[in-house]
Amino acid sequence: MKIVFQLFFTFFKIGAFTLGGGYAMLSMVEKAVVDKKQWIPSDEFWDMIAIVQSLPGVFAVNTALYVGHRIAGRKGAAAAMLGAIIPSIVIILLLATIFREYRDLPVVERIFKGIRPCVVALILAPSLRMIKSAKVTWKTAIIPIAAAFLIWWCKVSPVIVIIAAIAGSLVYAVVIERKMKQTAKKEVEP
Amino acid sequence: MIYLQLLWVFIKIGVLGFGGGYAMLSLIQHEVVDNYAWMTTTEFADMVAISQMTPGPISINMATYVGYTAGGFGGSLLASFALCLPSIIMVYLIIRLFMSKKNSSLLSNLLKGLKPAIAGLIFAAGLSMMNTQNFVQIGKGENNISIVICVLAFVASYFFKANPILLIVLSGVVGFFVY
Repeated sequence: MKIVFQLFFTFFKIGAFTLGGGYAMLSMVEKAVVDKKQWIPSDEFWDMIAIVQSLPGVFAVNTALYVGHRIAGRKGAAAAMLGAIIPSIVIILLLATIFREYRDLPVVERIFKGIRPCVVALILAPSLRMIKSAKVTWKTAIIPIAAAFLIWWCKVSPVIVIIAAIAGSLVYAVVIERKMKQTAKKEVEP
Repeated sequence: MIYLQLLWVFIKIGVLGFGGGYAMLSLIQHEVVDNYAWMTTTEFADMVAISQMTPGPISINMATYVGYTAGGFGGSLLASFALCLPSIIMVYLIIRLFMSKKNSSLLSNLLKGLKPAIAGLIFAAGLSMMNTQNFVQIGKGENNISIVICVLAFVASYFFKANPILLIVLSGVVGFFVY
């Protein structure tokens, strides 16, 4: 039982103090789970992160569920997940209540008039960085452009765009997999 | 009814949200602003700012905020739980299947293939927010300030990897003095 509480508090602390989303959280999880408590060996931890990272959903929650389950089964998974999300829920509930009360004040309205265009920039910048890191060429640039255009201009549901992209990526993944197997064979044969 | 809608919307987002919190922006925006009109585009922008400045996973922050706006306290808990539900099932399945790094290569190649499309999705969310509600009074002098803030924040974020929270605070200060 003690370990379940420890899991809860470990992820609670991480949920309450990490700014900047899932990836900022990762090094804190590593420090707590691998270095300090030594619950999981380092290589196993990073193997596991590689899997969890490719899953859809909230990255922090996926990590919490996996670490919790690995250490203390279902109870551990539940404790770690709750620890990771409860600080968010409490803080946002508080802020949302306060904000809805005061957002019509001229001072608040002025501040947020300044913030809104900044938020737009903070969404556009990482999406372009993502295109860069995905090594998009002039040929494959059609994919992000088409996705953005369909949603923004044609008002196509992003659900449809994602499902189409998953179908396309699945074909791509299978082809890559085959190619890798073939080259592996060639290396063995001669 | 609103609870069922929240449940359905956030389960969908939990299943299709590949690539982290930002990738969910477009999905959330589509459902929350366009489909169900739980929020205006301005409220949505404010919510993103608040979610980003608050500790914890940004997508849980947004789910809680949307849930609270649409359905009060109960709605906020439900939306956050609904967002986690697909994760609970998927992580459990992966543990059951004893997935190792080797046979997860298909999964990571899938994500690699998805990345350009996800980037387009996020970009669309940003474009949709570039409107007269968020950029004050198009055609009047004040509007230029919105554009200046946006361009400067973009340059600082893209080229200099400036801290997003710092940028939000700074533009809030600018807004306070300018408007």
